Amino acid sequence: MALIEIKGLTYTYPGATQPSISDVSLTVQKGEFVLITGPSGCGKTTLCRTFNGLIPQFYQGELKGEIRVADLDAAKQPTYEMARHVGLVFQNPENQLFALSVEKDVAFGLENLGYSREEMRKRVDWAMDLTGITDLRDRSPHEMSGGQQQRVAIAAVLAMQPEIIVLDEPTSFLDPLSAQKIFDVIHDLNKTLGISVILVEHRLDLTARYADHIIIMDQGKVRLDGDTRAILASDETRLIGVGIPKATLLYELLQNEGANLPETTPLSSEELAKMLQEALKN
Amino acid sequence: MLMVEDVHFSYSSSIEALKGVSLTVDDGEFVAIMGQNGAGKTTLVKHFNGLLKPTSGRVLVDGVETTKTSVAALARTVGFVFQNPDHQLFSETVEEEIAFALKNFGYAPDVIEKRIEWGVNLLGLAQYRKTSPFMLSGGERKRVALASVLAWDPKMLILDEPTIGQDHQQKENLRQFIMQLQSQGKTIVIVTHDVEFVAECNPRVVLMREGKIAADGEGKEILTNPQVLKESSIVLPQIAQVFSILNAPGLPKDVIDIYEAKTLLLKKLGVTSR
Repeated sequence: MALIEIKGLTYTYPGATQPSISDVSLTVQKGEFVLITGPSGCGKTTLCRTFNGLIPQFYQGELKGEIRVADLDAAKQPTYEMARHVGLVFQNPENQLFALSVEKDVAFGLENLGYSREEMRKRVDWAMDLTGITDLRDRSPHEMSGGQQQRVAIAAVLAMQPEIIVLDEPTSFLDPLSAQKIFDVIHDLNKTLGISVILVEHRLDLTARYADHIIIMDQGKVRLDGDTRAILASDETRLIGVGIPKATLLYELLQNEGANLPETTPLSSEELAKMLQEALKN
Repeated sequence: MLMVEDVHFSYSSSIEALKGVSLTVDDGEFVAIMGQNGAGKTTLVKHFNGLLKPTSGRVLVDGVETTKTSVAALARTVGFVFQNPDHQLFSETVEEEIAFALKNFGYAPDVIEKRIEWGVNLLGLAQYRKTSPFMLSGGERKRVALASVLAWDPKMLILDEPTIGQDHQQKENLRQFIMQLQSQGKTIVIVTHDVEFVAECNPRVVLMREGKIAADGEGKEILTNPQVLKESSIVLPQIAQVFSILNAPGLPKDVIDIYEAKTLLLKKLGVTSR
């Protein structure tokens, strides 16, 4: 079932001379983990803002085309209504956090949706535990590091358990091991709770392994949309300037020189190492 | 030359962010400071241009103690580009942003114009000269912040997380650009989590943990040491990971360069290069 369906979407920010996204069409199925990538300024963040109606309802400007999210018209449905279905984690966590304590920030969305006190407590504890911020519950988000703030922003969205989670470079300030743990948690929720995930990332080395499907944008348009392995193997992806994981590149270099490895394009170093181990046995 | 001598620093009386750091960075060196969140990396580099002063210990920039001079005077020697560009940008257009410090340093208008021209072209911002930095994407704003510091040509450049929000091509540009600055004798210090970027540049790596220096050495040596990295919440670069998992007799483990990896593996697989 299509959870997000976008047809011919074009959007221009107020005062801008050119559209930031133009004629974008795409579909996200329920339960999918979708990775959106593309050069800086290609319209990824703008597209994310349409999923929960922030564009056009908050940003205004001019929107053309159709966008249906969870069977609702995201451009017309009030954003508080869209928030029940779509949780958005912004690129810059400072833009998202405002409460005086971590716990209050994580609870804020639930309060607005009118959950019982008990249910709120349960979900807030659960989300703080998953993101490793339980120890920070009484701290003020504004005194924390960028990485800690990102964890809080993610926890606040997870607590709501929306159908769709949209994350715009959600771990950019986190150290690599912490980032990997957060991606593992999100992937796990995707698999166990069936939450659909839309992740915007430049760092495919960290994230390609999780994706069912990749969308590559360039200059406001969707240029490629399809299976992760096929897209990472394609020449067009390279021409657009997307950073291919080093393990995938090494696989290609080896194959081009006549190494007889299996045909499946590896997405991670683990996958490549396994192939090489097999090849070395023979 | 930068000298850090047994520096301790506390933001408040209870938490000590730096617990005795000593470090020397020679002119023309390229150093990457890595480590987990909260290890004290940003706190340390903020001492390099006097934004923070040690609670005890000394920091000397070209022999001058940072407590004995002003941040404004140090800024001419040590340029600092913040992690979050929004902490740095405030002007109405990109060109005004770049011009701001130059005006303060008293450069002539024609020099300022040339520097702006040079900066926007170098960082791919030419079409945004008259645009408000706040209309730009996160990655673009980051480059505006970088352009505004480069414009006054400091001898030493500190970049706090320069690759955040940058795409593949921009990272490659940044890498070449750092190499170019280095060839001009500039000192470059980056604070970063980006292991793949560091693996490509192979600079000296200073690894911090809990307010102290945990390791200091060649990038290739530190980025291929799984134990040391794990303790600092850093993962191995992918190429090093492949060799670490393979753990095959006759194959080294300290490999971070993709072409070196290719040569070694082809030989091991018994494939003669075409």
